[in-house]
Amino acid sequence: MTIGLVHYLAVAAVLFTIGVFGIFVNRKNIIVILMSVELILLAVNINLVTFSVYLHNVVGQIFAMFVLTVAAAEAAVGLAILVTFFRNRGDIAVDDVSVMKG
Amino acid sequence: MFSRDLALALPELILAGSALGLLVIGAFSPRSYRAVGWGGVFSLLAAVAAVFLGPQGRAFSGSLVVDGVTFYSQIAVFLACAVAIPLGQSWFARKNITNFEFPILILLAALGMAMMVGAGDLISLYVGVELQSLALYVLAAMYRDDAKASEAGLKYFVLGALSSGLLLYGASLIYGFAGSTRFVDIAAAVQGHAGTGVLFGLVFLICGLAFKVSAAPFHMWTPDVYEGAPTPVVGFFAGAPKIAAMVLFARVLYECFPEATAQWRQILILIALASIAVGAFAGLAQTNLKRLWAYSSIANVGYAVLGLAAGNGEGVKAMLIFMVLYMVDVTGFFACLSSLTRKGKAMESIEDMAGLFKESPAIALAMTAFSLSALGLPPFSGFWAKYYVFKAAIGVQDPIIQGAAIAGLVGSVVAAFYYLRLIKSMWFDAASGSVEAPPRDAVFVAMAAALFSFPVVLLALHFLDPQAQAAAAAFGLK
Repeated sequence: MTIGLVHYLAVAAVLFTIGVFGIFVNRKNIIVILMSVELILLAVNINLVTFSVYLHNVVGQIFAMFVLTVAAAEAAVGLAILVTFFRNRGDIAVDDVSVMKG
Repeated sequence: MFSRDLALALPELILAGSALGLLVIGAFSPRSYRAVGWGGVFSLLAAVAAVFLGPQGRAFSGSLVVDGVTFYSQIAVFLACAVAIPLGQSWFARKNITNFEFPILILLAALGMAMMVGAGDLISLYVGVELQSLALYVLAAMYRDDAKASEAGLKYFVLGALSSGLLLYGASLIYGFAGSTRFVDIAAAVQGHAGTGVLFGLVFLICGLAFKVSAAPFHMWTPDVYEGAPTPVVGFFAGAPKIAAMVLFARVLYECFPEATAQWRQILILIALASIAVGAFAGLAQTNLKRLWAYSSIANVGYAVLGLAAGNGEGVKAMLIFMVLYMVDVTGFFACLSSLTRKGKAMESIEDMAGLFKESPAIALAMTAFSLSALGLPPFSGFWAKYYVFKAAIGVQDPIIQGAAIAGLVGSVVAAFYYLRLIKSMWFDAASGSVEAPPRDAVFVAMAAALFSFPVVLLALHFLDPQAQAAAAAFGLK
């Protein structure tokens, strides 16, 4: 059996789904949410690079570079916000993130 | 060739250069936060001038589009940002926060929004959306010592990152199945027949964009972020970023998928109706004014999406006019709200507004005007905004969208209840006294927006109407 386009896309789709579920189902820790976001972005990168190879078109790989860069910036901003949150609360459990309701 | 590209990108270059320059100035001279703020305002005004005088065309092999839509929405966005800087800085100064980063973050958000409205390629779309979003996450959490603000920032970040992920996954599928990231090439690839893969990608892309404009069923971040974030920042959130995201929405739909109108119209009508319903009914239960206006903004975005769903030039024109008129309203409303304090405590609930008319008549009158305008009562600007949208929706020969327009009217009647409750509280309830004198800059912005909302709007429509018409024509629609 040769590994083709469909296999790569399936792996990416599975990773993407795990990432989305990681955000919604996770009830413990906000760090896990950040990891899930990262997983989503990497799933997209697999998609982009696969398409780039199969289309013989380099734009997909350039796009993947942009996504990697932005993912790094996003992690930095996310962790910075998390630090201010931790300073105010002394905890980063997901269950406690609910002063506001309605 | 390259110099022409740079000329087309001049507004973006001005913003990027001045953001970096001001960052250095702010970092090396610690007392300069006011100067950095005015520097930000002037560079935004310079960018407006550059948009006015600049050429039109496509730059960087189609990645950046400068056309009527870019012209219209960049001017609106930059002016909104220029108002947000002094308003926010004086609010933060009253809280003894003199961080020079605030105007720089607004500039970076403006740069992201300028890229969004001018995106001609999936890569520039993504980079624009992320640049804007990352700046906005930080702005929401800017009031660092406030538990609510950092919670708002965190929620906004998590849900915003998820929506960027959805958007990006959609973009990767569209790239794969259409074979290009450029909007023009995608449109050529899907001509006549849009395959399942592309449509699947389009649905993900629409979900991601609906998150950014806070349309139901992707609205859940909005009330929490609006309640927690600093009031002047909320006024900014509700205006400029929504215009940019709606314009991007329109560009993706009309430039990439003009032939798949029948497919995406169904999704848009669903989103519009869900937003109008959520905004009207969930708003009834709110007592916090910032939450209330979050639901109000969800409903109003629903009307703008209804305009887009019309799928013709008139719909795009209606959406553009609607968003600008709505932006002036919310900017004014949140300027009022940010200026009101009672014994040093911000007035944020409907009960706090009791008797405001006796204590601070000018602010009460302005807030009444904004509420009536958001309700869509003639002759205020909100009425004209809705008038354009309903005219466009009724004009389409499709019973579903005509029915949706009627449902939208019912939604705005339901929403009337909470606007009128606020007005009743301000005018007829007993005053408890001790409202402090509002700061002058906020009153100035509020009065200007209130005057725009009633008499000036009639004059302004004479200018906005042909501009929006020209913008819609840029999509090849009439």
